Amino acid sequence: MSQNTLFDKVWDLHKVANLPGGSDQILIGLHLIHEVTSPQAFGALKDKNLKVKFPQRTVATVDHIVPTDNQSRPFKDNLAEQMIDTLEKNCIKHKIKFFNIGSGNQGIVHVVAPELGLTQPGMTIACGDSHTSTHGAFGSIAFGIGTSQVRDVLASQTIAMNKLKVRQIWCENKLSNGIYAKDLVLHIINQLGVKAGVGYAYEFAGPAISALSMEERMTICNMSIEGGARCGYINPDEKTFSYMKDKLCSPQNENWEKAVKWWKSLKSSDNCIYDDVFKLDASKVEPTITWGITPGQSIGVNQKIPSLNEIHPNDQFIAGEAYEYMGFKPGQSIKNTPIDVCFIGSCTNGRISDLRVAAQVLAHNKVAKNIKAFVVPGSEKVSKEAKEEGLDKIFIKAGFQWREPGCSMCLAMNSDKLIGNQVSASSSNRNFKGRQGSPSGRTLLMSPAMVAAASITGKVSDVRDFINK
Amino acid sequence: MSIKFEPPIGKFSRINGKCISLVGDDIDTDRIIPARFLKCIDFDSLGKSVFDDDRKTLKGNHPFDLETNKGSSILIVNSNFGCGSSREHAPQALMRWGIKAIIGESFADIFYSNCIAIGIPCFTLPKESIKEIQQYLDVKNLFLEIDLLESTAKAEQFKFNLEIKETSKKMFLSGEWDATSKLLENMDLIENKLSDLPYLKFNTN
Repeated sequence: MSQNTLFDKVWDLHKVANLPGGSDQILIGLHLIHEVTSPQAFGALKDKNLKVKFPQRTVATVDHIVPTDNQSRPFKDNLAEQMIDTLEKNCIKHKIKFFNIGSGNQGIVHVVAPELGLTQPGMTIACGDSHTSTHGAFGSIAFGIGTSQVRDVLASQTIAMNKLKVRQIWCENKLSNGIYAKDLVLHIINQLGVKAGVGYAYEFAGPAISALSMEERMTICNMSIEGGARCGYINPDEKTFSYMKDKLCSPQNENWEKAVKWWKSLKSSDNCIYDDVFKLDASKVEPTITWGITPGQSIGVNQKIPSLNEIHPNDQFIAGEAYEYMGFKPGQSIKNTPIDVCFIGSCTNGRISDLRVAAQVLAHNKVAKNIKAFVVPGSEKVSKEAKEEGLDKIFIKAGFQWREPGCSMCLAMNSDKLIGNQVSASSSNRNFKGRQGSPSGRTLLMSPAMVAAASITGKVSDVRDFINK
Repeated sequence: MSIKFEPPIGKFSRINGKCISLVGDDIDTDRIIPARFLKCIDFDSLGKSVFDDDRKTLKGNHPFDLETNKGSSILIVNSNFGCGSSREHAPQALMRWGIKAIIGESFADIFYSNCIAIGIPCFTLPKESIKEIQQYLDVKNLFLEIDLLESTAKAEQFKFNLEIKETSKKMFLSGEWDATSKLLENMDLIENKLSDLPYLKFNTN
């Protein structure tokens, strides 16, 4: 059993009681809600005649269902309008802070909370969304919960949960030029598999992780869940603190020093014990792309799609399903696969640094004929910052559509969807069957820079050919 | 499915039912309930939409459409079932279709806790046993009697020793699986803990 890791320290700090069934009652320091997984939870409170016990510990925004073309109200989609309306009413009724469209702070919940300084080291953070693991980049213990647990947090600020084991993923050396956090995390998931993380929290560490910016670290922790780990985190360091300094909700003045001192005490101790350690060499990571229907089915851009006998027996069934669904043959190159749609955005890669990298690739280039390319900033703040830097103009000039913030085609709950069996080059996190809105749509996950490169050639390309010229 | 849906409540120790097999690893919650069905403010209408894309693709040949599987309540699955999104809509849709228990090789974490929270026990069995059941189901119907206390699943020709997390088992046997009231009993402890949290002291704005 793990000892003295950041996970252990934060868990123990928030443990309220041993529940009769044997699980722990854990206090949730920050609860984030959005329109999709909260209405039934508020409904359940009403049915049980309960109120929101600590409304100041919950913060809301709207992201999954918002249209990214025309955000004027009422939304054209009646169901989407009903969902935002329900969230607005619930927030007013229960006195919950709500960052609505037009507030300047709306956006994907996992982009918004860190940029406001709501996400802090040492917190427990829960949200009815599996990508809540993103916030672990700050050294918080953050995980997705279902609607029944959203109800429990609203009612009691706690949930019942079994403590997770801790696996350290040690990333030696550094990523090469043209290789990004997205490539690294796809590589990790490929190496460990999509179910290795079940029952674990992942601690990402090592020189390659320390070298990453906070936004890149968020990309890594964001996709912990794609490796099966409900929670992923990185020990806080000077980069964490400098990112947080002077954010709207960060500690101010004399409290700042106190906070930093406490945050420093949280990191996994030198003598800590992990349940498992996995090591990899980050310098070996290539631009990585998924070829299949799970985020673990990925290869380097210059590699060939593996044949069945190169795949572990346990993963052969899903591999067979993937060949059929994706229309790929074993041994085929992934490079030069024709693309129909290019999507840059999502809680994985919709931050300002992602847009900057993609814009750099796109500058003085044009999107290939017949490609639909669009960029959806992760938040209103990201959008504003990008416009101030002129990034929107670079995207538009290259042939991208510039959209309003939201989750968009990551999960296609709005009108941004693939059509038929279109192939998308996507900076999002899931390549599941039907994920991007068409039951036969095909998703290739990759870094935003790789999406930009694909948009120029109209096919899967090596971004290093564009940036290393 | 025209009968009004009644969610499970209170303690239970037995589940008897007909099995339905769904073969495949890493079946994610987007497949169980595609995102377009999440545009709702209650769970009531989800049952009919379970596996909607997969069922349309298979044009009536999906296990959830086969006449022979009508009235099934015990779902037999393979590994990492329910991976992906945290949407509770997935187990809610399965439950509203008629699923009362799931037996599989392994489950994704969030899906598992969502199932437990709404009253669907999830049991695990080794790969070979699952295969044995699924192969049997390819040719015949199978009714299993699940005994939660003993953690067994029995039929005339089978007896399997099921695995289930001890905490989940206790919850169902005691009827305390509806967590909210248990959590609220500790309100004094919760308030003490909150007032002790270092970060709430320096977050004044």
